[in-house]
Amino acid sequence: MNPLVLWFHKFGSPPTFYRWTGRLLPWLWVVTLLLGTLALYGGLVLAPKDYQQGDAFRIIFIHVPTAWMSLFAYAFMATNGFIALVWRIKLSETLAMASAPVGAAYTAICLATGSIWGKPMWGTWWTWDARLTSELVLLFLYLGVIGLHNAIEDRRQAARAAAFLALVGVVNLPIVHFSVNWWNTLHQGQTVKLIGPSLIDSRMLWPLLTMAAATHFHFFASLFVRARVDLLELEGGKDWARTVALQAEQKA
Amino acid sequence: MNEFFSMGGYAGYVWSAYAIFLGLLLIDTIAPMLRRQRILAELRGRIRRERARGANTP
Repeated sequence: MNPLVLWFHKFGSPPTFYRWTGRLLPWLWVVTLLLGTLALYGGLVLAPKDYQQGDAFRIIFIHVPTAWMSLFAYAFMATNGFIALVWRIKLSETLAMASAPVGAAYTAICLATGSIWGKPMWGTWWTWDARLTSELVLLFLYLGVIGLHNAIEDRRQAARAAAFLALVGVVNLPIVHFSVNWWNTLHQGQTVKLIGPSLIDSRMLWPLLTMAAATHFHFFASLFVRARVDLLELEGGKDWARTVALQAEQKA
Repeated sequence: MNEFFSMGGYAGYVWSAYAIFLGLLLIDTIAPMLRRQRILAELRGRIRRERARGANTP
């Protein structure tokens, strides 16, 4: 086997994954908390008022990062779902399914905070325009994946069926992303750009990017905690999982 | 300080948005930790039952 495949099998085997994520997790949580606190302080206290929206614009510091995460988590889920379907790697099935609830939470937060932001700025909680509707479809896709995964008895078959649904749903990702360009919508266009200058003051930009980093760290922390529990359940008959269970009792 | 909490008249909108953000992420963080305790307890029960069965058979 080539070294890359060998490496993947080594780090992707459930007991090894359990061990190295166990060492990594405390650091992920610490970084999440530090960056999150810094971003909240920067966004709520240090950033100046928006000249049009006043203090209401401060919702941007949670709305935009959660919107990014809703897409990122879906892409991550679909990538792992693809690997699970093609190469039947158990860890990828687990990671794909574990990212669904986290992604659903981010999508729900994005929709809720957007709605709360829309009321004072657009005068309505909700409108059926392209950006909002496609993001709502994204939430339903997440819920569909979670529901399908729970509906099938055999855990590995369930994961593969749900991974297939996740792959089909990928078609929605570009629709969400480009909806503000493709259709006339109430939702504003892109403010922060990877290519070219962003249309935002740097005192507002850094808390936004810091929160984006914090949510990425949170995603992986939450994902790893979930994947570890799923692997313990999936491999309950194996020695390593039993050792973990008995050691956890001694510590408690 | 009062000015900070009033958010220029948008207090209800801004703080409820942040409360939903922090609340949902907290639930998302705690839920799998509780599930972990349950799964580990189940696993220990299984181990104990198997050991008891092993001790009873001659």
